[in-house]
Amino acid sequence: MIHSLFLVNSSGDIFLEKHWKSVVSRSVCDYFFEAQERASEPENVPPVIPTPHHYLISVLRHRIYFVAVIQSEVPPLFVIEFLHRVVDTFQDYFGVCTEAAIKDNVVVVYELLEEMLDNGFPLATESNILKELIKPPTILRTVVNTITGSTNVGEQLPTGQLSVVPWRRTGVKYTNNEAYFDVVEEIDAIIDKSGSTITAEIQGVIDACVKLSGMPDLTLSFMNPRLLDDVSFHPCVRFKRWEAERILSFIPPDGNFRLLSYHVSSQNLVAIPVYVKHNITFREGSSQGRFELTLGPKQTMGKAVESVLVSSQLPRGVLNVNLNPSQGTYTFDPVTKLLSWDVGKINPQKLPSLKGSMSLQAGASKPDENPTINIQFKIQQMAISGLKVNRLDMYGEKYKPFKGIKYMTKAGKFQVRT
Amino acid sequence: MSSSSAFNDEKGGSSSVGEPEYGHDPASGGIFSSDYKRHDDLKEMLDSNKDSLKLEAMKRIVAMIARGKNASDLFPAVVKNVACKNIEVSPPRPSRYRDISQTDPNQLIRASALRVLSSIRVTIIVPIMMLAIKEAASDMSPYVRKTAAHAIPKLYSLDPDQKDQLIEVIEKLLADKTTLVAGSVVMAFEEVCPERIDLIHKNYRKLCNLLIDVEEWGQVVIINMLTRYARTQFLNPNANESLLEEGGEKTFYGSDEEEGKEDKVEAAALVVKRKPYVMDPDHRLLLRNTKPLLQSRNAAVVMAVAQLYFHLAPKAEVGVIAKALVRLMRSHSEVQYVVLQNVATMTIKRRGMFEPYLKSFYIRSTDPTQIKVLKLEVLTNLANETNISTILREFQTYIKSMDKDFVAATIQAIGRCATNIGEVRDTCLNGLVQLLSNRDELVVAESVVVIKKLLQMQPEKHSDIIKHMAKLTDNIQVPMARASILWLIGEYCEHVPKIAPDVLRKMAKSFTNEEDIVKLQILNLAAKLYLTNSKQTKLLTQYVLNLAKYDQNYDIRDRARFIRQLIVPTDKSGALSKYAKKLFLALKPAPVLESPFKDRDHFQLGSLSHLLNAKAGGYQELPDWPESAPDPSVRNVEVPEWTKCSSREKRKEKKVEKPFYSDSEGESGPTESADSGNQSGCVCLSQPVNSSPDSDTGSGSGSGSDSGSEDSGSESGSEESEGESDSEKDEKDKRKSGKKKAKKTAPESEERIYVSFCVALLLKCSFPSPQAASPTCGPLKTYELLHRITGEGLAVTYCFSRRPFTGDPHMVSVQIQFTNNTEVEARSLRVLEPKLQSGMRIAEFPEIDVLPPGEISTVVMGIDFCDSTQAANFQLCTHTKKFFVTIQPPVGELMMPIFMTENEFKKEQGQLMGMNEITEKLTLGEGCRGDHVIIQRVISTANLSRVPCGSAMECRFAGKTVTSGSLVLVTVVTKEERAAQVTVNCEKMLIGTMLVKDILQALSQ
Repeated sequence: MIHSLFLVNSSGDIFLEKHWKSVVSRSVCDYFFEAQERASEPENVPPVIPTPHHYLISVLRHRIYFVAVIQSEVPPLFVIEFLHRVVDTFQDYFGVCTEAAIKDNVVVVYELLEEMLDNGFPLATESNILKELIKPPTILRTVVNTITGSTNVGEQLPTGQLSVVPWRRTGVKYTNNEAYFDVVEEIDAIIDKSGSTITAEIQGVIDACVKLSGMPDLTLSFMNPRLLDDVSFHPCVRFKRWEAERILSFIPPDGNFRLLSYHVSSQNLVAIPVYVKHNITFREGSSQGRFELTLGPKQTMGKAVESVLVSSQLPRGVLNVNLNPSQGTYTFDPVTKLLSWDVGKINPQKLPSLKGSMSLQAGASKPDENPTINIQFKIQQMAISGLKVNRLDMYGEKYKPFKGIKYMTKAGKFQVRT
Repeated sequence: MSSSSAFNDEKGGSSSVGEPEYGHDPASGGIFSSDYKRHDDLKEMLDSNKDSLKLEAMKRIVAMIARGKNASDLFPAVVKNVACKNIEVSPPRPSRYRDISQTDPNQLIRASALRVLSSIRVTIIVPIMMLAIKEAASDMSPYVRKTAAHAIPKLYSLDPDQKDQLIEVIEKLLADKTTLVAGSVVMAFEEVCPERIDLIHKNYRKLCNLLIDVEEWGQVVIINMLTRYARTQFLNPNANESLLEEGGEKTFYGSDEEEGKEDKVEAAALVVKRKPYVMDPDHRLLLRNTKPLLQSRNAAVVMAVAQLYFHLAPKAEVGVIAKALVRLMRSHSEVQYVVLQNVATMTIKRRGMFEPYLKSFYIRSTDPTQIKVLKLEVLTNLANETNISTILREFQTYIKSMDKDFVAATIQAIGRCATNIGEVRDTCLNGLVQLLSNRDELVVAESVVVIKKLLQMQPEKHSDIIKHMAKLTDNIQVPMARASILWLIGEYCEHVPKIAPDVLRKMAKSFTNEEDIVKLQILNLAAKLYLTNSKQTKLLTQYVLNLAKYDQNYDIRDRARFIRQLIVPTDKSGALSKYAKKLFLALKPAPVLESPFKDRDHFQLGSLSHLLNAKAGGYQELPDWPESAPDPSVRNVEVPEWTKCSSREKRKEKKVEKPFYSDSEGESGPTESADSGNQSGCVCLSQPVNSSPDSDTGSGSGSGSDSGSEDSGSESGSEESEGESDSEKDEKDKRKSGKKKAKKTAPESEERIYVSFCVALLLKCSFPSPQAASPTCGPLKTYELLHRITGEGLAVTYCFSRRPFTGDPHMVSVQIQFTNNTEVEARSLRVLEPKLQSGMRIAEFPEIDVLPPGEISTVVMGIDFCDSTQAANFQLCTHTKKFFVTIQPPVGELMMPIFMTENEFKKEQGQLMGMNEITEKLTLGEGCRGDHVIIQRVISTANLSRVPCGSAMECRFAGKTVTSGSLVLVTVVTKEERAAQVTVNCEKMLIGTMLVKDILQALSQ
């Protein structure tokens, strides 16, 4: 299926290649570079590029293109999903997935790729199995390896692959047994000029960090499971049980993993926690424009709106801006025309505002497009959909684990049209 | 193993001898550049006796290979270093690997050896590989068999002549019953012999049943293969659709009504002639077993299921995939790109299914352009009379975007909406005309082109727009737009008789400076005007033709010569010139603006070929539905009589054996219910018992399993059917092979122990908590929840089953029985809006989809009453009605029995004295003589268990409250002359008091 993999950095150099079948000349990437040149933005490179003898399927993550070479029919999502899994694994192993990190760990990278794909077909993609086979590099281990000349290759055999629960390592032991769950929700919304919601959705995930000894069997129940009508699970979740009782029952993988993600799309359920008042006008004939922006909280259930960041792509005609923020700092890049305002926390008593003027190119006509305003924010200790975990029980092991649940709401793709 | 894999890379490098050596890049740092040109250094390092130096050298070599450098000359030095310390890193001696792969006691080492052996791409070892694969295919470890399946495509690509032998191996492995092997062998099947669909028959049902447990990558491959399989084996579920739409739905359902309606008779007759469609149970099985996978975290799996439903499901059921696909749109932009392409194709065929999600396709300014354009495509496809105004309003904001390519795409989308939906054509046209005054020339040009197409549909109405556009020729510079305007004026010159000649005059002036396409249109305009209005334009036309005659472009010279001959009558001119007017001013059909995604669905959705709209190498065509279904009995698997056991004990025993995590998940329903409640037994009884599919697929069996599929668990009526008993047989086999394994090698018995340990764990959680004693069963009191009359035919009763509620030990399980006394089926019975006292909780029963008339259905729900006798109020809903109902528990049901010894009882009782002890005296009732009557009455009043007791005069009972777990101890002491004394010790005084009252009442009757 997957024939070869090329890693291309942002300046267009191939800095790593790996072939699973025969060697495909790197000149095949020329077609990719061509497409890259045609695309105005890096993310506009088509993910699938046909060439006379091969097909190139690529993903862009961390400003690195992962270009897979395919020779015959294969579902494109299969390859894309796998490439993303590779990136996730690298990130898991090296903390970051940058060109430097990959080059520093080239041997581990090779070992990982060799284990993840066999003759082009995915073999071991579960991070728990991989970690058993190839130990992630740590500073201590690097030192030890340099002195003793040993490698990161695990001494053990990959027993995980034989397990009935392939995602969990066997023989896990911790002195502090703990299980943490983070309920993180992101609001995607488009708000129109007048402040009414055009579309709003909540994308939620429950990320877990489970460090429990042995083979614990967990059940997690919710106060309001009806909210979750559109979910996707980690393979460890027993689907039938969820269908019947709306309870999540699972043997967790060891370490960090995403237990489930869900989607709340019905609009009346989505509370919009901030509002924006704006007045961005350009006058015909004058080289000045007015810019006024005020932010305020709404429907936050008394929780503070934090780490607010407002950004807006101003029209090309804008030369510079002269603004006055009531709090925080703002920057304007005259080349990319990107205005961003780091607001910080919204104080409901004194609403943050950004007011001032924009100077336009002299003689240029009034721009007819209006900028959209993108907003980022965080609200701690609240899940905006109202999802609440009822209880977490553990079966199968005797010790008492430490359990913790955290809620957070963030802005996803939150846009205000003006 | 990994060091040997590094070695393979090394070999990969060495096989690329012919590759040009890339220039050294001095800029790159670290191990990527240092010293690699001096291979001698590396050789020295490899030859040294310091391990760290060797390691460093090896790292550099790997880095070289990573950059595509040729490291072949280092090959000998590396090989020398691969000392044969242990078998896992030994050098490639194929026969040695074969030996290992066959004889090593550890299955992982056998598998690794085979993997290494099959990765050596040298033709000379083909026979050895073949032998090793054959051996491994009958290995007792599923992991080794999986590796064998992986090795098949490798060998096939090395030597395609081995195909026949390999197919034999594939056939053998396809019959394998483990999930580990299934994905890999189907992959091998697809690579080696995708045309041998006959190999699938016998394994079809097994693959469907195993699917949910196969690893995610295997799932994708299996689902795609099964889609093709189903297309060859089953009938089109939507075959009658088109006929039905014409003839009206009634004709299908009630053919006796058709006499009166003569116009429908014909259509109805057509429908009747076709056998009424009944879905093959195997077809249904596939749809049912893939549906849960829509919830997978892997986008490829979700897409695979979506395409399966799109290609195979009846129209009414396809809708379920929309939600899952919309969810994928939140993923990475590459995933979004592929999903949107597929959604675009789906929306053309089945618009309705995505309409509820219209707003999810709204475009954000931060989307990449390619995503924006695709979303636009979907929005355009979704547009219809009802939502067009919303969509157009949305489009209006897009036109103001800064991304001009996107604006152009939006204008085209508006054009398409206008052609498809007649009502808004004028609105769109007006909007587009307004855009003509836009400052951006690209926008104007695109509008002109779209307007031209729209005007062609009804030119006579819009002469003012044509006039307006004529004026634009002064300003617009984009050639395509200019050409469009000129064509319009020429084509409709009769509508603008005054302006057209003037435009030609202006154009004649600027002719030499125009682009080629504009010049061609000027010639066109001149010719048309000459034919309609030769008086005014004769000279102008000749001038233009002369200019064209000396143009640099031969196309234009050619066109000029052609037009001159045709329109200017000379004595030499041929017969054609008579028809010049007809030729130039013929009525031209309006262009059809259609989606580029039209007809793309002849490619299997989700495939590479679909995405590219071109056949990719190795693409397997999606076959058309057969006219009549091939013999369904080919999928039957012979089942020995003895496996058809249905006794609960045996089944249970098997469940314990079953080693797969999610298998036991799948089966946990029946296991639980078998032990902890009889609800599923009742469900089973109420299901129509299925006839086996091989009896006659044309009739009853299909519909039987249809309704079975609505059922929550896989343990429905179809359990008795062939497919299921087949998997039972599988389990047996598994068990047998498991035993064999346990005998053979030590490590595997360890594994078995581990497996059974896991299974035990799994079962433990689904079983009642161990300290709870099994309930002593008497006849249960049934209470009425909803009377037949108030419920309008739906009668509901409940009783306290006294079994621990699975899932939450703090809940009292309430068994609810629905009886449908009406003539129509009740649908979607469920609980709505519970009104509870604070702290109380309800675990709702799973919704009952359909309750046919006269049927009875039983479900279990859990209520946490918080140890109080407060009632739980909620609404019971059917698809039409809502009923307010109340469940009030007698105090005796708020507890569960526990086992205690006499000593424990006395000790606990000692701690619950004073306020916590309530004593009442009573006279026993007439019939209440003897211990066993007392015991029975107490136990039927309260869910307690008896505590052994030395004295004959005393009976003791113990239990604990369900929510808080407080102990409840009851002592009944009988005295002479029917006098007796009841003592209750309980921390919760209220419960104690009420319980004493209840027991008194029960005993004094």
